[in-house]
Amino acid sequence: MDNELQTQTNAGNKIKSGGFLNSLENIFPKLVLAPTFVLALVCIYGFIFWTIWVSFTNSGLLPDYELKGIGQYIILFTREPRWWVAIRNLFIFSSLFIAICIVIGLALAIFLDQRIRAEGFFKAIYLYPMALSFIVTGTSWRWILNPSLGLERLVQQMGFADFTFRWLVEPETAIYTIVIAAAWQSTGFVFALFLAGLRGIDNSIIKAAQVDGATLPRIYWRIIIPSLRPVFLSAVIILLHLAIKSFDLVMVLTGGGPGYSTDMPATFMYTFAFNRGRLAFGAASAVIMFLAVMAIIIPYLFSELRATRNAK
Amino acid sequence: MRSREHVILGSQSSIVIIVRIFIYALLIIAAIYFLIPFFVMVITSVKTLNDIRTGNLISLPREFTLKAWYKAWDSACTGINCEGVKGYFFNSVQMVIPAVLISTLIGAVNGYVFSKWRFKGSETFFTFLLIGCFIPFQVILLPMSLMLGWIGIAQSIYGLIFVHVVYGLAFTSLFFRNYYVTIPDEIIKAAKIDGSGFFRIFWKIILPVSAPIFVVVIIWQTTQIWNDFLFGVAFSGSQSQPVTVALNNIVNTSTGVKEYNVDMAAALIAGIPTLIVYIVAGKYFLRGLTAGAIKG
Repeated sequence: MDNELQTQTNAGNKIKSGGFLNSLENIFPKLVLAPTFVLALVCIYGFIFWTIWVSFTNSGLLPDYELKGIGQYIILFTREPRWWVAIRNLFIFSSLFIAICIVIGLALAIFLDQRIRAEGFFKAIYLYPMALSFIVTGTSWRWILNPSLGLERLVQQMGFADFTFRWLVEPETAIYTIVIAAAWQSTGFVFALFLAGLRGIDNSIIKAAQVDGATLPRIYWRIIIPSLRPVFLSAVIILLHLAIKSFDLVMVLTGGGPGYSTDMPATFMYTFAFNRGRLAFGAASAVIMFLAVMAIIIPYLFSELRATRNAK
Repeated sequence: MRSREHVILGSQSSIVIIVRIFIYALLIIAAIYFLIPFFVMVITSVKTLNDIRTGNLISLPREFTLKAWYKAWDSACTGINCEGVKGYFFNSVQMVIPAVLISTLIGAVNGYVFSKWRFKGSETFFTFLLIGCFIPFQVILLPMSLMLGWIGIAQSIYGLIFVHVVYGLAFTSLFFRNYYVTIPDEIIKAAKIDGSGFFRIFWKIILPVSAPIFVVVIIWQTTQIWNDFLFGVAFSGSQSQPVTVALNNIVNTSTGVKEYNVDMAAALIAGIPTLIVYIVAGKYFLRGLTAGAIKG
């Protein structure tokens, strides 16, 4: 509605003053957006189409555009155990990662929202990992989780001689080390989201509840936390989106290993498409990732857009 | 009555003190937890290898040395090359500066159009661009590497700049649009009636109030592009690798004795630029982080 109105007034102005310059003025906005439009059309939507197309071919090292049906997807889901490992890892990783980030992030936000001294100082510390590359922090975690010299050695020297901590090198547990490092990195971000949410809550509701005699923990549990629902939704969506795309941390921490026990869809795709020269197969796995992300993001985006429109 | 109230208040305040001590303790423990990996990186990077073997994660260095830092900078092996990270560090610099500037400037005028010069279809285009922020890049990696080959910038820093500009545009346009929406339309209308055109309004009215959003976007883009690994590993050649890729190669080089101190020094070198940005302009970094996330 608003836009239509605006374009109408634009048109009105044009008729009033008329002339060549004014019609030029109406071309400029389109001219300015043109490069972005072309780039988005080709490099986002065109490329997505290309990948979908190639996933239905038999392309090996080089692309071959002859359509051959859904063979690659069938291999992916029925004859490639490694893909199921990647999917399983994604489920383990994303559920733990999201749960840990939200619990710790929310707790820190609530505690820091109690008129704490040096609030800025704490905030700065909780958030600095977000400024660093996963490759940088992953390097540090790789060293901390090192089976002989890292945490294991530290605890042994503290007097627990039998302590072992070999998660990083055991196929069954290596995925949890990725959870540890990723949660450490992203908790601060969730904390910031919740803190912003807490600061946006109307104080009068809380005061009214206090007058009614409700205790503070009860107020948090019954009033404040439920009112943060939209923040929970944002946090889950963003973290899930991060989880599906996670690539850097896996590469630096385990390289997908031991064996392929910590493979995730993103590393799976990279391995098959780039290292093994199986373009169509890699493309098929990328398409699955794409569909998963879109299934999460598009409903979210539309509900958000509707919310902001209504707010206006 | 009065005394009873006093007693209640008294007991409450002692509970309050205990609770507050508990809260501060938790906050401080959390701070230590967040700082430990960084602390471990720093102390390990100034230890000797012998010190590392005999000490533990958090033991302070018995002998302070910057040898690992020199080696990481100058002679550590990233695969077959043993020239340290210095060349890759400058690759990153050469990649980040143009990519940030171009994507920010285009994003600014895009945001200006999306918010103040809407035309039929511009909102639809914006929505489609927005979706582009979220696609998993795996779905564009293969065709992009072919396209870079066709243009003739495959495996070069130019190729990386191009890729970062293309996939940064959606974010920068979004940031600027959301900021410019808050500028009242009346000001723009008044300027139009006065006869100011598209570029004049941008130059005289929009740009002068854009400093904060420019800072946010430049910081956001700088950290994103500097920290990128996926595009770096997929599209760079051995001479154009960004520092994150070189760091990963150092860490994953399995030949010879594993030099953890060199790994840590290299990681710190790769992390220092964005860390400085964060320390100097953390407020703006945070603003970008929450704006990019919530307003999505």
